[in-house]
Amino acid sequence: MSEAVHAPIVEMKSIEKHFGPVIALNGVSFDVRPGECHCLLGDNGAGKSTFIKTMSGVHKPTKGKILFDGREMSFDSPRAAMTAGIATVYQDLAMIPLMSVTRNFWMGREPVRRVGPFRFMDFARANEVTMTEMRKMGINLRSPDQAVGTLSGGERQTVAIARAVYFGAKVLILDEPTSALGVRQTANVLSTIDKVRKSGIAVVFITHNVRHALAVGDRFTVLNRGKTLGTAQRGQITPEELQDMMAGGQEMVALESSLGGTV
Amino acid sequence: MSSTGSGADAVVDERVKQTSKLRTAFIRPELGAIVGVVAVFLFFIIFAGDSGMFGPQGVLNWSTVSAQFVIIAVGACMLMIAGEFDLSVGSMIGFSGMSIAIMSVTMGWPVWLAILLTFALCMSIGALTGTIVVRTGLPSFIVSLAFLFILRGFTIFLPQTIERRTIIGGISERAEGDWLAPVFGGKIGEGLFVWLADMDIIATYTRGAREGEPMVNGIPMLIVWALVLVIVAHIVLTRTKFGNWVFASGGDAQAARYVGVPVNRVKVQMFMLTAFCATLFATCQVMEFGSAGADRGLLKEFEAIIAVVIGGALLTGGFGSVIGAALGAIIFGVVQQGLFFAGVESSLFRVFLGVILLFAVILNTYIRRIITGER
Repeated sequence: MSEAVHAPIVEMKSIEKHFGPVIALNGVSFDVRPGECHCLLGDNGAGKSTFIKTMSGVHKPTKGKILFDGREMSFDSPRAAMTAGIATVYQDLAMIPLMSVTRNFWMGREPVRRVGPFRFMDFARANEVTMTEMRKMGINLRSPDQAVGTLSGGERQTVAIARAVYFGAKVLILDEPTSALGVRQTANVLSTIDKVRKSGIAVVFITHNVRHALAVGDRFTVLNRGKTLGTAQRGQITPEELQDMMAGGQEMVALESSLGGTV
Repeated sequence: MSSTGSGADAVVDERVKQTSKLRTAFIRPELGAIVGVVAVFLFFIIFAGDSGMFGPQGVLNWSTVSAQFVIIAVGACMLMIAGEFDLSVGSMIGFSGMSIAIMSVTMGWPVWLAILLTFALCMSIGALTGTIVVRTGLPSFIVSLAFLFILRGFTIFLPQTIERRTIIGGISERAEGDWLAPVFGGKIGEGLFVWLADMDIIATYTRGAREGEPMVNGIPMLIVWALVLVIVAHIVLTRTKFGNWVFASGGDAQAARYVGVPVNRVKVQMFMLTAFCATLFATCQVMEFGSAGADRGLLKEFEAIIAVVIGGALLTGGFGSVIGAALGAIIFGVVQQGLFFAGVESSLFRVFLGVILLFAVILNTYIRRIITGER
């Protein structure tokens, strides 16, 4: 906190989310600053998904406040959150494999060129920008007409990230971007995250891999059973400690469920 | 030393990334249809080359039939790329023709009014089909199948109840002097063909009432409509923002919605387009024949879908080409008329089509996998 030069761009304060009788989130506080990568760790069912969906406008919190740029906000839809500058790259990426990289990149925001009374999609510009943005992320496309289906998993993640960044994301939420990737592709995606962070964008990196988190994270928050187990700064925590924190959480789950079983 | 396993793998990997210009030029969604068209023309040049099939009249004959297929294939193609089907195309052809006949002949309204009202009515029905599909989330296969029966039922019921018959004629007389009717039933370039005949480039009738007139006296508007539709649809699909939305809606509706593409609106509009194409087909046919029949357009929906699939479109949406669909339609038209010229039993039409369909689709699947990286 001492090193932080920026105020948080997104601040989630004591967020609670109930689905009927189920308490998915029970008072989670979290913030992310421009230019930092804040890792959100936790096992399956810890509430990571619910939490980021609350942040990206899919769910409305039952209790708690969301501050965006210091002002209290309430997003009615993912679209509203996106307009404000919160972009989410989900695991399934929302990419269409049958369509070209350019068509995917510009989907829903196609650049238009007027020729007399007609309006055409400006492919010259669209292709150029796509190639440039992908090159910035370290990927040299064979052609912007290449279908997304021909790209590797890591490259697809990069297209999705490049798209979010190009369209002015201030906060980039990455939902387990490395979980389905091989070693080299994971390294590529992690280096992309690093580039994005250095350009001043706030990155929320969701993962359950401690090593991936430590590779790029500035701060680490562990989530368990709808609560935060604490936030640690980079350098103040060793991989073993972080691993223990997650594993400790798991032991607690095991303990609680076994107690529940005997009662 | 360079023949180690890993070394060989790396070389193969590098090669996969690079594609030659020639290969890129060949690997297109329309390739299956192009090969089919070439095969079909070669076949008929060999077996029916001297039958008049490639004379002016012969060309006009199979072009007209192909143009009919093209018109409905364009609508079916755009809709299929948007991820939906319309099985009511054939019934819509019968229904819209009958609608024009009833309005103009039975009710005595001007033909132009009958045509415009029929277009409005049929496109509304298309919009209704589309709205039911997007609102209920039911497969369009089922919803349009319901409309196949509903529309065909009305097409038989209405003329029987009103006129006590299932064919209504007399439209030619009613269309006499009408300003809109020639746009669908007329011909263009008559002057050109008279000139060509005068120059002895094309044959003229040598006896009978039409002595001295050219045997081919103009290009039917049907062909003009087909060409215009293909060009406009191709440009819209490949060069505009809306075209990108059509691909996106069929490729993954959820992903498209997520980035703000109005998927439901796009799909409903595509249903309206297929209804428009069916009505256009029917209007041209009614103006040409001068009558409307309750059995018109039977099985046309399947012929349209087959042409589209031969043209390289993916049945599940998100991938396809209007040019390919048009080529698929031409294969259809040429084979249907060509077997007649070749003097072959017309039932072989079906055998031939089945074989072409199979080969084109196998080739298309192979090409699509290369383009899209599907496994």
